[in-house]
Amino acid sequence: MAGYILKRLLSAIPVILGITVIVFLIMAMIPGDPATAILGSYATPENVEKLNRDLGLDKPLAQRYVIWLGNMLTGDFGRSFSLNRPVLDEILDRFSATLILAGTAFVLCSLIGILAGAISAARQYSLADKAITFVVLIGISVPSFFLGMMMILLFAVKLRWLPVSGMYAIYGGGDLPDLLAHLAMPALALAAVATGVVARLSRSAMLEVLRQDYIRTARAKGVPEGRVVYGHALRAAMVSIIPVLGIQAGFVLSGAVYIEMVFQWPGVGRMLVDAILKRDILLVQGGVVFVSACYVLFNIAVDVAQGLLDPRIKT
Amino acid sequence: MELWNRSRGPAAAAALAAILTSAAALGTAPALAQTPPGVLIVGQIAEPKSLDPAAVTAVNDFRILVNLYEGLVKYEPGTLEVAPALATDWTISEDGTEYTFTLREGVTFHDGTPFDAGAVKFNFDRMLDESHPFHDTGPFPLAFFFSAVESVEAVDPLTVKFTLSEPYAPFLSNLAYPTGLIVLPAAVEAAGADFGRAPVGTGPFKFAEWRSNEAVVIEKNPDYWGDPAGTEAVVFRPITDANTRVAEMLAGGIDMMVEVPPVALSQFQSDDFTVSEQAGPHLWFLILNAKDGPFADKRVRQAANYAINKEALVGDVLEGTAEVAAGPTPPAFAWAHDDALEPYPYDPDRARELLAEAGAEGATLTFYVTEGGSGMLDPVPMGTAIQADLNAVGLDVKIETYEWNTFLGEVNPGLEGKADMAEMAWMTNDPDTLPFLALRTDAWPDKGGFNSGYYSNPEVDALLEKARVSTDQGERAELYKQMQQIVHDDAPWVFVANWKQNAVTSSRVENFSLEPSFLLMLKDVVKN
Repeated sequence: MAGYILKRLLSAIPVILGITVIVFLIMAMIPGDPATAILGSYATPENVEKLNRDLGLDKPLAQRYVIWLGNMLTGDFGRSFSLNRPVLDEILDRFSATLILAGTAFVLCSLIGILAGAISAARQYSLADKAITFVVLIGISVPSFFLGMMMILLFAVKLRWLPVSGMYAIYGGGDLPDLLAHLAMPALALAAVATGVVARLSRSAMLEVLRQDYIRTARAKGVPEGRVVYGHALRAAMVSIIPVLGIQAGFVLSGAVYIEMVFQWPGVGRMLVDAILKRDILLVQGGVVFVSACYVLFNIAVDVAQGLLDPRIKT
Repeated sequence: MELWNRSRGPAAAAALAAILTSAAALGTAPALAQTPPGVLIVGQIAEPKSLDPAAVTAVNDFRILVNLYEGLVKYEPGTLEVAPALATDWTISEDGTEYTFTLREGVTFHDGTPFDAGAVKFNFDRMLDESHPFHDTGPFPLAFFFSAVESVEAVDPLTVKFTLSEPYAPFLSNLAYPTGLIVLPAAVEAAGADFGRAPVGTGPFKFAEWRSNEAVVIEKNPDYWGDPAGTEAVVFRPITDANTRVAEMLAGGIDMMVEVPPVALSQFQSDDFTVSEQAGPHLWFLILNAKDGPFADKRVRQAANYAINKEALVGDVLEGTAEVAAGPTPPAFAWAHDDALEPYPYDPDRARELLAEAGAEGATLTFYVTEGGSGMLDPVPMGTAIQADLNAVGLDVKIETYEWNTFLGEVNPGLEGKADMAEMAWMTNDPDTLPFLALRTDAWPDKGGFNSGYYSNPEVDALLEKARVSTDQGERAELYKQMQQIVHDDAPWVFVANWKQNAVTSSRVENFSLEPSFLLMLKDVVKN
C-alpha cells in the first residue's frame, strides 16, 4: 500500500506542474493588465508602463514563469498587488475558512445523503422513499446561491434567528457558538445540491446490492433487517459510493465560490473572484495552484480509501 | 430494527412541534445582530488594499483613510472648495510656482510624535523622489498628481515650501485629495512595505486592528487637536455582494452602507432608516468618435444628444440616483460650473432633422458598452436604452460588450477604425482634470491622453491651457465657463448623467452627511 501511495504522489507532480503552466498562461493571455486595473481612470500609457515596471511585469513571459515557479518552490508565492500582503499568508488565511465551510458541507452531504439513500433503498416505493426522492430532487434542482439568498431573507432578515453573513460577529463573538451560527446557513445551502446527488447514487448503489444473493442468504439466516441493511449492504455499497463522494468534494469546493459570495464567507473562492476582477495575477496563480494541489491530494486519498475497502482495487 | 418506526411517529411529530414553538419564541425575543452603541459599523464594498494613502487609488479605501489621516488642506464640508487642515494658512508666489504653508501648532501623530515640516517633506519626497530610501514602499500610482512639484523644503518646523516646475492651478485641490494625506515618517521607516497595515496619522481616529476580510477597526483619538470624534470606534466591514450588503442593513448587522443599488432603495423607505444623497464631481457620458464615421459631423453628434432620453435613463434605469448632465463640468464644482447651461432636451424630431441635414439617416454605429466598472453605474441597461433611443431616430446601433479592464484596453487607445461611441465615466477632484485629460488636442491617445474620440478645438485648448496656469479662482471660473459653452455646442460627447452618491443609515445614527467629494467623514457622527 505504501508503494501505491508513493506512486500516486509522484504521478501528481506533472499534474500540478501542468496546472502552473496553464494558470500562468491564462493569466498572461486574458485582456486587461493589473496596472490598468489599479490606475482605473488614470491609466495613461505612460502611467501604465511605469507601474508595470514597478510591479515587475515588463520582463519576458518565460522569465516571469521561471522566477515565479522558482520562488514558489522556496515557499515564496509573491506579494498580492490588490491586498499588499504575501500571497501565501492570504491563501492560508482564506483556505482555513473554506475548509471549515466546505468540510462541514461535505460531512453533512455525506451523512444525510448516504442515510437518505439507504432509507430509500431499504423501503423502496414506500412513502418515506417518495418523500425523500421529492426533497432530494428539489435539492438538486435549486441553484445553491438562490437557496442561500432565500435563506438569508427568511432566517436573517425576517425572523432574525441567524446572522446574515461573515464568519464571526464583528463585535464580540469569536467563539464556537458564534461560528456555528454563522456557518449554519452557508453550510446547508452548499450541502443541499451535493446531498441530493449522493442520496440518488446511494439509493441505486444500495438497490443493486440488496438484490444480491448473499443478502437474501443473510435474511434467510434470520439476521436482523437493520444489520442486513447497515452491516452487510451498506458496506458493500460504499465501494461505489466513495468515488462519488470524491467527486462531490470537488463540487463542494467549487460550489463554495458562489456561497462564499452570497454569505461573504472569507474563503478562498471569494478571494479568487475578487483577485480575477482586479487582475491580481500572483494571487490568482497562487490560489489556483494551491486549491488544485489540495484537490489532487484529496483524490489520491479517495483512491486509497477505496483500495482499503475493496481489496480488488490496489497497487 | 425498523428503519422508519411507525410507532415513533407521534413522538417525532411532538418533538418537531416543540422545536418549532421554541424557534418561534426566539423570533419574538430581541432581534439578533444589534450593534453596540458608540460603535459605528459601516458596510463597505470591498476589502481595502492598504491604509497607506500614497499607495491606494480606490474611493473604498479613501473612506477609511480620511478618518485616520489629515492633509495640509481639505475640502470645506459640503463643497469642493479648499480649506485649511494641517496647514492654517498659505501664500502663493506671483508667478504661481511657490506655495508656502504655515503649519498648525500643537498637532501630534497618534504615537505622540509632534507633526512638523520635516514630516511633510518626508511624505512628498517618498512619493516623488526615486532615490528616496523609502520610495520602495510604493508603488505610488497617483504620485503624478504632484508631478509638477520640483522640491519640498522645510523652512522651519512650522513652515514648508513647495516649488513647482511650472504654474499648476489644481495643485491645492490635489493636496486636499487623499493622496496628499500625511503619514508618520517613523512608522514608514519601522514597517516598510507593511506600513499600509500599521497606519499612523494625525486624524480624529487611530488605527486599532485589521482582521483580513472581516473588518478594519479604528478608535477615537483622545489626543486629537480639534473636537473629538462622536463615536468610540468605527468598524469597516467589506461586503462585496450588494444584495448581501442590503440584507445586512435590513437585519441590523451594520449601521451604515454606501453605494446602495438603485433597485434596493425602496426597501429603506421606513422610519428605521435614513437615505442620504449627494451629487458629486462625477460625469457619465458617451465618447463620440469625431475622427471617422458619422460622428465626424457635428450635426450628427448633436442629433445623438437630442435623441437620447436622459430623463428616462436617470429616472427609470437609475431610479433617480443621478441627475441629467448639461455639459462636461459637473455642477458639484459649484464655482466653476456654468449654471446657465441647459441639458440638450429630448427631441427626437430635431434629431431626425439634423440627421437628414447631415445625410446620416440609417447610419450603422458600433457602440462599446462595459459590464461594470468604477463610476459606470448600470452600464448594460443604460447602453441598451441608449441603443433603443438611437434606433428610434433611424440609427442602427450595434452593441459590443466588454468586461471593465478589457473595455479600458479597447477605449483608452482611441476609437478610430473600431467604434463610433463608447460609454465612459469620470470622477475627479478638480474641474481642470477631466477636460484637460480628455478634451484637448494634445490629449489624443497617441499623445498619452484620454481624448479617445479625437475632439479638437483650438479655442478649447487655449482656454484650458490658460486656466491651468492661473492662480486666481475667479479667472479660472470664467475660463471654464467659456469652455463649457463651446464644448456643449460642439458636442464631442453625449452628456448623460451626474451620479448622486447614496448611503443608508439606521435610525440610531445621527449627524451624518455625505460630501460632494464622495469621501466619508465620520468624525461628528454619533451612534446611539
